Amino acid sequence: MREPLFHVVKRELIDWWKAWLIRLAAVLLALVLSAIVTVIMTGLNPFQVFATIFDGALGTARRTWAFLQGTAILLCISLAVTPAFKMKFWNIGAEGQVLAGAMATATCMIFLGSKVPTLILFIIMVVSAVLAGAVWGLIPAIFKAKWGTNETLFTLMMNYVIMQIISYFVYQWSVPKGSGQIGIINSESHAGWMPALFGQNYLLNILIVVLITAAVYVYLRYSKQGYEISVVGESENTARYIGINVKKVIVRTMVISGALCGLAGFLLVSGTDHTVTRDTAGGQGFTAIMVSWLAKFDPLMMVIAAALIIFLQKGAGEISTQFSLNKSFADILTGIIIFFIIGSEFFINYRLIFRSRHKESKEVAA
Amino acid sequence: MAVPAIELRNITKVFLGKVVANKNVNLTVNYGEILSILGENGSGKTTLMNMIAGIYYPDEGQIFINGEEALIVSPKDAFKYRIGMIHQHFKLVDVFTATENIILGLKDEERYDTKKAAVQVKAIADQYGFELDPDKKIYEMSVSEKQTVEIIKVLYRGADILILDEPTAVLTPQETEKLFAVLRRMREDGKAIIIITHKLHEVLELSDRVSVLRKGEYIGTVETKDATEASLTEMMVGKKVELNIERPDPKDPEERLIVAHLSVKNREGLTVLKDVSFTAMSGEILGIAGIAGSGQRELLETIAGLQPIEYGGVQYITPESGKIEYLRDKTPMEIRELGVRLSFVPEDRLGMGLVGNMDITDNMMLRSYRRGRTMFLERKAPQSLAERIIEQLQVTPSGTSTPVRRLSGGNVQKVLVGREIAAAPTVLMAAYPVRGLDINSSYMIYDLLNAQKKNGVAVIFVGEDLDVLTALCDRIMVIGQGSITGIVDGRTASKEEIGLLMTKGGHVS
Amino acid sequence: MITFLQRAVIMGIPLLFGATGETITEKSGHLNLGIPGILYVGAISGVIGAFFYENSVGAANIVPILAILIPLLCSILGSLLMGLIYSFFTVSLRANQNVTGLALTTFGVGIGNFFGGSLIRLSGADVPSINLTATSNCFKSKLPFVDSMGWFGELFLSYSFLAYLGIIIAVVTAVIMRRTRVGLHLRAVGENPATADAAGIPVEKYKYFSTCIGSVIAGLGGLYYIMDYAYGVWSNNGFGDRGWLAIALVIFTVWKTDLGILGAFLFGGLLIIHNYIPNLGVADQELIKALPYVVTIIVLVIVSARKRRENQPPQSLGLSYFREER
Repeated sequence: MREPLFHVVKRELIDWWKAWLIRLAAVLLALVLSAIVTVIMTGLNPFQVFATIFDGALGTARRTWAFLQGTAILLCISLAVTPAFKMKFWNIGAEGQVLAGAMATATCMIFLGSKVPTLILFIIMVVSAVLAGAVWGLIPAIFKAKWGTNETLFTLMMNYVIMQIISYFVYQWSVPKGSGQIGIINSESHAGWMPALFGQNYLLNILIVVLITAAVYVYLRYSKQGYEISVVGESENTARYIGINVKKVIVRTMVISGALCGLAGFLLVSGTDHTVTRDTAGGQGFTAIMVSWLAKFDPLMMVIAAALIIFLQKGAGEISTQFSLNKSFADILTGIIIFFIIGSEFFINYRLIFRSRHKESKEVAA
Repeated sequence: MAVPAIELRNITKVFLGKVVANKNVNLTVNYGEILSILGENGSGKTTLMNMIAGIYYPDEGQIFINGEEALIVSPKDAFKYRIGMIHQHFKLVDVFTATENIILGLKDEERYDTKKAAVQVKAIADQYGFELDPDKKIYEMSVSEKQTVEIIKVLYRGADILILDEPTAVLTPQETEKLFAVLRRMREDGKAIIIITHKLHEVLELSDRVSVLRKGEYIGTVETKDATEASLTEMMVGKKVELNIERPDPKDPEERLIVAHLSVKNREGLTVLKDVSFTAMSGEILGIAGIAGSGQRELLETIAGLQPIEYGGVQYITPESGKIEYLRDKTPMEIRELGVRLSFVPEDRLGMGLVGNMDITDNMMLRSYRRGRTMFLERKAPQSLAERIIEQLQVTPSGTSTPVRRLSGGNVQKVLVGREIAAAPTVLMAAYPVRGLDINSSYMIYDLLNAQKKNGVAVIFVGEDLDVLTALCDRIMVIGQGSITGIVDGRTASKEEIGLLMTKGGHVS
Repeated sequence: MITFLQRAVIMGIPLLFGATGETITEKSGHLNLGIPGILYVGAISGVIGAFFYENSVGAANIVPILAILIPLLCSILGSLLMGLIYSFFTVSLRANQNVTGLALTTFGVGIGNFFGGSLIRLSGADVPSINLTATSNCFKSKLPFVDSMGWFGELFLSYSFLAYLGIIIAVVTAVIMRRTRVGLHLRAVGENPATADAAGIPVEKYKYFSTCIGSVIAGLGGLYYIMDYAYGVWSNNGFGDRGWLAIALVIFTVWKTDLGILGAFLFGGLLIIHNYIPNLGVADQELIKALPYVVTIIVLVIVSARKRRENQPPQSLGLSYFREER
């Protein structure tokens, strides 16, 4: 009998700190590999690589603010997808839900720009962004609850439907006509632009995300609805046993998930971009899924994960600029980091057992 | 006599170094013979057969096939010795046809040709009198047809030794008759057949010899023609073991829960409960005895509002006021809103009663998390409840923030039972509450149930160990194939009497 | 009309490659959301191969057969590596398929755009842009007598060999799935790995093979796009969302690759139909481009509502298999 060298067994739960130690080791390994890749590409020595990355992310006050703002947006979307994921509803439509919110915000800015008082304008913007995101999340949820329609594929398709809708309106409303761009909205009046706080354009934006982080943390951990989400995600049977209406929870949670995505869309348009295109979300809807998953759906860990990803992206962007390489260098590094963390989960959940020990008992028996 | 097809010598299997599943089992099967393996649940029948089929490997002992010692470490090896086992849980691909499932995994030298294979399948079916459409998809099939596919799959691979694990458990009487006719034809064809069962009348009707296991031990083999239901029952259940379980007399029993003419179908549309009627009284423990899968789980889940009722109803009589509530077509939530204090310890502890990845405090909240007016959880009360349960029931490890998945079986059950009792129920249903528990934990559970009984709770206890049932319960209701075959007095009933009732029921008696 | 159909076919072929590859992968129970990334890697690997070959011998001196074989092999190698990464994580390490797939897309798109944008600088070559017209011409060579056959030749015989290869692969895949033992075993693995395992089918091997073969096929879609559709000119983000469209196509054709051929041409047609509708505004074009996705959603909903078992996604799609968890 030829026996495999080792076989795999499921682990008992390991201590949380061991798990995080394994993840930390994975991140470090990934950074080493990233450095090696960078060295090969650029010929820098490894320390210079990290110095450049650091400089690119936090080198100046402006860069630091941009880094914080980027982290805030990614974090906001990551938080948004988390309730759905905790429920094991694979919402990969965050990109589309963000875009729905962004579109709604831009629409309000264009048409109500200087016609209503600022406060009312902001209220309308936020409400419509939240509603648009929620509707975009609600549609797949309804079909999931009713017929069990595969939510992964459904939400994925929804992304591109909204992208085309945005493209449609971008052409319709393009400034100047026919240019295919909306351009900066209200560039003179700044109506609907997130106001600067203490002279910092991004500060209010960041503070809002801090509030959202706290809110999602509290919602998931301390609210009855958050508790129901956990139960449904862990075991639908238990949910039935204690009388939770599973379908209702699915729909409600997706509305919340979509609404938060919509809010992120609002932040993007009102806070940073002041315009909308089909690329406004820029793939962050997908990155956020990975961030949420890497953080094990824990909002606080998500802050770290989002910051790590943005840090790398900004840093790698700096490397690309300095060496006139393509910006996508950052994506490669992000990919490497994520692969390592995904891989580390295996060692948290499983154990390898080498086979030699079993031989004796077999010989006795035979 | 010719060389036996299979001979087992001193087979012993121990799980995880402590649970003895089989101990020194010896038995033989000949070609042209049907051997029944008889025993209660957990007596080690399936484990024993799995060792012949290559799923498990024995710790001690030898297996001889056709007189030669055989080494069977995988299902492939078993197949090499022309052994085929039909498991209780079918392993079929739903969207494939019968033929596709039958040829799955074979590496014939011949060209892949489903049409030809279908003809061969049909030929085998005709030879033994099966009815099967080789091109029918599995998901369109009844359970009995699926079983037919499994049997033909084994025959198609050329098996001469067939093992069937509780084949009649899922069949109607008519289907059972057909299966038996087929098995008899195979016997005439010279095949060796082993059938695992706990139904006495089937044993007597079908088999040539019977081997009996009890709690993993081999009791003996008898010729069927010399056996009676009574003699086999005695071999199966053994002598009465005196257990030191307290049994106070019921105090002022009054009707609490009335189940009338209850019929329930499962998701596949099969009748799992048929015309079940009984009354649970306050201050008494009503035991439910029966072979596993006779409808116990469905009965409790139906009362708890988890399964739709086909016919009949469930009434709850409120203590003191005497107000009657009808529980039919109500969800668990609605039942609770009626003020019915119904607690339920389900059989599947970590899959239904608790959430494995949550800690003890959060599991305490499962029942009560809706309390309070705000949208936020109130964790103080569950926290102190968790602490109380940990202290009173000696749960280890003693932290309230330990995920219950990390607790041992006994401690998991303490947490679950503790929570259900803490809800101050008037009806407490417990399904196999001591399964897998050590002696001390088991006694703790009995004490808890007795304490509830003394408080005037109507306790419904589903059990499998007849010694425990006859020592703990005031009345024992026996369920067989989804219907009630008798209700006996727990103080006077003998194990043989209950054992006989267990094997009846349903469509048979 | 002829040009429309012809363009629809050309637009559809990359989708067909992607969808065929993804179908093979999904049949083994793995939802590979890395397909968009794999298209990029398949394309850029081919481009790198062609670039170095053209630069080393000079565009004028290339040998057609080598000009085809080198990029083809590079492309296959590149996408094979991507397939191996995905299957190592999802099969051996049992990682979450969605997350792995998305990471693979990030990674693959990054690789594509990075090398696409930096290849010239990294190699120190002295050309203004990646423009592989010579290689592209080799890929695009048609049968010599096509031009003399009028509309028939235009519509059926005017494509490059990769297009026919794509159709052949789709047909062969369909036949393998339906009529061979390997196909039967693969479908069993995707439907019910525990049953397949019990029947003695090497589940992990099947998962690895189908994922890797699926990746290679999808990668060819990227190569076709560059060498044929784009005339050998690399442009960053040139694929747009075609990778996702390929995944949509898999659903649209309910996991049947022969239907995929027609589906691909239909989707291809929908992508360009706006050019052939008179008086259509630019904005309306964008709405029409949403049609493939909307149609796919409708198919997805109808299939799930009708619950016809044959048309459902493979039952274990998205779940990792661990034998000891029975």
